Amino acid sequence: MIEFRNVTKRYGRTTILDDVSFTIERGQFVVLIGPSGCGKTTTLRTINRLIEPKEGTLFIDGEDVTHQNPVELRRKIGYVIQQIGLFPNMTVEQNISVVPKLLKHSRAECEAITRDLLALVDMPYEEHAGKYPGQLSGGQQQRIGVLRALAASPPIVLMDEPFGALDPVTRESLQEEVKRIQRKLKKTIVFVTHDMDEALRLADTIIFMDKGKILQMATPEEMLQHPADPLIKSFLGRHTDDEAIAAPKKAEVFMKRRVYTVHENAKTLESIERMRKREVNSLVVIDDDERFLGTVSIEAIKERGKAGHPIREYINGETLTVHRSDDAKEAFDKLLSSSENYVIVLNDDRTVAGIITRTSTAKAMGEALWGEMDA
Amino acid sequence: MKLITLFSSNWHPLLSSVGTHSMLVIISVGLGIIIAVPLGILLTRKSGAAPIVLAAASMVQTIPGLVMLGFALVLLGIGRKPALATLTVYSILPILQNTYTGISEVPFAYTDAAKGIGMTPMQVLFKVELPLAVAPIISGIRTSAVYIVSWATLAGMIGAGGLGDWIWTGLATYNTDYILLGAIPSALLALLFSASIALLERLLKPRGLRRIS
Repeated sequence: MIEFRNVTKRYGRTTILDDVSFTIERGQFVVLIGPSGCGKTTTLRTINRLIEPKEGTLFIDGEDVTHQNPVELRRKIGYVIQQIGLFPNMTVEQNISVVPKLLKHSRAECEAITRDLLALVDMPYEEHAGKYPGQLSGGQQQRIGVLRALAASPPIVLMDEPFGALDPVTRESLQEEVKRIQRKLKKTIVFVTHDMDEALRLADTIIFMDKGKILQMATPEEMLQHPADPLIKSFLGRHTDDEAIAAPKKAEVFMKRRVYTVHENAKTLESIERMRKREVNSLVVIDDDERFLGTVSIEAIKERGKAGHPIREYINGETLTVHRSDDAKEAFDKLLSSSENYVIVLNDDRTVAGIITRTSTAKAMGEALWGEMDA
Repeated sequence: MKLITLFSSNWHPLLSSVGTHSMLVIISVGLGIIIAVPLGILLTRKSGAAPIVLAAASMVQTIPGLVMLGFALVLLGIGRKPALATLTVYSILPILQNTYTGISEVPFAYTDAAKGIGMTPMQVLFKVELPLAVAPIISGIRTSAVYIVSWATLAGMIGAGGLGDWIWTGLATYNTDYILLGAIPSALLALLFSASIALLERLLKPRGLRRIS
């Protein structure tokens, strides 16, 4: 358990941490996030006392650590940084065993630790233990960086934007590995990032900071549903759009405006030609005032149509319609509970405003779930 | 021709001069290392003092060798001791400068990681900073040694012995052959020191920092 009690840190006149208090339970994956300069890294570095607070107390497992020997404290807390910081003059094995060696573990113990840890990330001992950091890829280096932090089995691991410099694919696989390792070894992890995707993926609890204060401390789910501040909402960005979730959207939001219409007096062959040109299999039939009369499908014309007859004779009057200011959900419901492929959206004067198809329904739902979509 | 006969009749004392000369270099550079390396490390811990101390050291370096030897002569008398003192002073600056910059330029990520995982300040120094700064420090020593080989010939003037004796004798008697008899071995000596320290640097440089082939 890590507890900050009224921690304040100042550099000259600037306040970096402003009376910060929070508690992190054992075994939690906590992500500190916020704009740059918000105090997230300072908070992290206060935990292993690389930064000493001006005021306030820090407790780890109920013990006030502000007066403990910082060197001993740090050996019990794993530390991973963005620039990785593997010592280039040491091999992978030497890097991993640094802390166990400081703690006077025997050579055999160090080797056993290295073997176990390398196995955890699928890097065979025989192949990698003797390599120097310069011989590894960026992703492999940071894996070793994480292993080094785990080597002395510290209950707490601090990670300062550890995957910030990696390419997206490597980053994602490392995120998964870290999450898996955290669950398996039941570590308390405090993780700094400015990437909300990463926070949502990894965190049990997110602490959102700004200007040295905590704006919100909540589970990802809670933060998504009730962001406590506009800044948090902007960070969550595409993950939340409270109009989509909270306020009901109108049908017109989802409709496509391009609708292919045909006048009721148009002849059958002319209509078929128009469908062929537009690559559609039905048209919306309108009268002189452009008011909606119904739709006509290619099947209806093929079945019963006679050349030269006006199209109004084949109108399907059962076509689904909604008003443009109706709730979009109603339009979706109508569509999904019928076998029709579309709903026509009408204006006040019954002229055609647009069309909602099954495709646009799916797209709208996708966007509500995952944010703006390209297709 | 005359030079060769002069050499063949004098090679024994010449060789002993080379020995003395080498001793002068080794002792003064050795003392220089003992003073400059810890001082350089200390400067990295007290960032305010570094510019002042480094400026002072380079100012000393600009004092002409003859003037410095004159001072040493007045203060310490004639012989090997004042010569060694002077040479040591001159050997300090390159080593000091390179130690200071070498350690200051160890990337923050390494020292931060080292501290963060629980190394004591001494462990950070010996396990991380010094191994990473070994190349610039040794190259400072190399510069220093090459300088001192030539400064040491000057020190012959105040009775230090070594190859300077031959040069000063040649100058005093207008005998170019004597001058060359001192100058050529001292040039070769400078090359020898330079080469062997370069070799040492290659051996001491941590494996992980060598170019991966």
